[in-house]
Amino acid sequence: MSTATSDNRPARLLARYMVLGLIAVIFLFPLVFMLISSLKPDRQLLSDSGSVRAFLPVGDISLNNYVAAFERAPVELFIFNSVLVTGITVLLTLVVCSLAGFAFTFLNWRGREVLLSLILATFILPFESIAIPLLMIATQLPWIGPDGISQGWLNSYRIQIAPFIADGLSIFLFVQYFKDLPKELIEAARAEGASWWQVYWRVVLPLSGPVLATAAILKFLLMYNQYLWPLMVAQEEGYRPVMVGLQYFFLRNPAWGEIMAYLSMITIPVLGFYLVLQKAFIASVASTGVKG
Amino acid sequence: MRTITLGLSSVAVLATATSSLAQDQIELWFNNAGNPAETAVVERIVNDFNASQSDYEVVAQSFPQSTYNETIVAAALAGDLPDILAVDGPIMPNWAWSGYLVPLDIDQQKIETFLPGTKGYWDGELYAIGLWDAAVAMFARRSILERFDIRVPTLDEPWTLAEFDAALETIKASGEFEYPIDFGLAIQGEWYPYALSPLLQSFGGDIVDRSTYLTAENALNGEAALEFGEWWQSLFTRELAPGPSQDPADRETGFLEGKYALSWNGSWKALGAIDEFGDDIMFLPAPDLGNGSTIGAASWQYAVTSASEHTEGAMAFVEFMLKDEYIAAFSEGIGLIPATLSAAAMTENYAEGAPMHVFFGLSEAQAKLRPVTPGYLVSGKVFRESLANIANGADVADSLDAAVDAIDADIKRNQGYGH
Repeated sequence: MSTATSDNRPARLLARYMVLGLIAVIFLFPLVFMLISSLKPDRQLLSDSGSVRAFLPVGDISLNNYVAAFERAPVELFIFNSVLVTGITVLLTLVVCSLAGFAFTFLNWRGREVLLSLILATFILPFESIAIPLLMIATQLPWIGPDGISQGWLNSYRIQIAPFIADGLSIFLFVQYFKDLPKELIEAARAEGASWWQVYWRVVLPLSGPVLATAAILKFLLMYNQYLWPLMVAQEEGYRPVMVGLQYFFLRNPAWGEIMAYLSMITIPVLGFYLVLQKAFIASVASTGVKG
Repeated sequence: MRTITLGLSSVAVLATATSSLAQDQIELWFNNAGNPAETAVVERIVNDFNASQSDYEVVAQSFPQSTYNETIVAAALAGDLPDILAVDGPIMPNWAWSGYLVPLDIDQQKIETFLPGTKGYWDGELYAIGLWDAAVAMFARRSILERFDIRVPTLDEPWTLAEFDAALETIKASGEFEYPIDFGLAIQGEWYPYALSPLLQSFGGDIVDRSTYLTAENALNGEAALEFGEWWQSLFTRELAPGPSQDPADRETGFLEGKYALSWNGSWKALGAIDEFGDDIMFLPAPDLGNGSTIGAASWQYAVTSASEHTEGAMAFVEFMLKDEYIAAFSEGIGLIPATLSAAAMTENYAEGAPMHVFFGLSEAQAKLRPVTPGYLVSGKVFRESLANIANGADVADSLDAAVDAIDADIKRNQGYGH
């Protein structure tokens, strides 16, 4: 019996890897198509799109589309803007939402449950439904800058960051994760005389790697893919992010090769960020039950 | 001496500062970010205008065309419209009706010779003016028409419905092509009302009743429209044209690679076809399907907004743009049809005898504006859905009736859109 099992093991392993390999190939196809297409002239790209040649670096291969993309649009500016806005928002989200989650989980205060329910209820509100009122508010907000006090936040980085720092999903993630932390640890720290801030900073945060990674990745994806809001508030080219920049390539005669080159370039930060945090992300998905 | 020099420098700096302070800034938004050729022409005009006078300084900001309308509507909501903006011809009535635009106060003599499609009139007043137009034509190859003994149509004698149908059937019967003709149904968006509603008009129907603009009844579901709908559906049941599920790549290359014998296509695709086929390429007029030949008209134009605090300067800039040299420069840069014949003569592609001169004639003779109403924004979309549904096999009468109901309900909701 044990002999039969060990005989089947390599075959089962092979089958498993073949299935996993097939799934990996299916998921990789769009990326391969994008990268390969970015090296081909438009006409060839379109001709190849209906055959397996679309996934092969054959024919007239060059980096011309990348050069042309930089000539058509300030690609480096768009990537810089997106990385800046996304990076700051992710950092602020982690601070604000983890503090909120901590307060909702560990502190006793009146109205806590009601407020948490209200925050969670914002899940069901699509951003599109609040975009216009938010825009109205954005035009009225005051700001103190080098030129004194001004009104309106349009055409700035801050208007692309501020509305997205706190959100119901991130707070929910932290609350769910914090609830599963051993209560004894918190109680022991308090018994030792630690303040709530010390409990948050020295006990809770060091144990929160997975949820921090999950919240960071989800917010990163949300912010990096921002389109509607910057379209409304960033009229000056200097503040436009990558997704608005993508539209530079959809002209009367779309430059398909350049579109693929641009997409390849703007995908790099996303892949890099995910690869760095993927282990913690998977651990958190397992513990919070949230899928990105 | 040093004191004197310093003093003179200070005066010079002060004078420069005062001069720039005295200038009113005029903001211009246009729709072609990512199109270096068009941006260069706009910048050239802006620089020329700024150098020509000292009262105003025009500052241009370009936006991607595919999201331009949404940006303008958001800016209007935020109370942040510029002084001058580019506006798509058929959208103009909606923005004028919404109060975004003011009528243009420019010398009418300067636009007398402009193509009709470049003049944006709403409610009897000129709100926008364009420096170019676009046209749709039947792209064909002389060698193919000759091989199948198909008459070459002219502006004076376009194909009749019977001739057009017979030509398609003949080509189909040869088995040499995947489809005899491509109408570009893979293209979503405004292509349907722009390029395909003229076929409905050629049957005698329309998207709305233009005598009142208050209903689509009879125009979109009357006898002529039903006849059009049946014919339109038959194009796909007879497999004469690819339907809405067409691969977008085939739309781009199908005609060039010989999958389709004919292509109903825009003038902006003409250069590619000329490059591919040289003298063999022909740009034929729209067929006369019973009620005359028609193609769509009106492209992007320029207008002054109601938010402008320097209307006089904004009007002066728009008037400044209307020079043949700029019209020709735009055409050379973006390949579209110059607004005037005199400007066309200055271009490589549209001058008399040049390969694309025919488009000027098509625009002049066959162009018809899309319904000039603020409701076009909705009725155009409804028309698109209806046409796609019919091509996919939906019942013609039911589809057109449903479209009429949707358009009429929208007109009613908006209290007639000011008509």
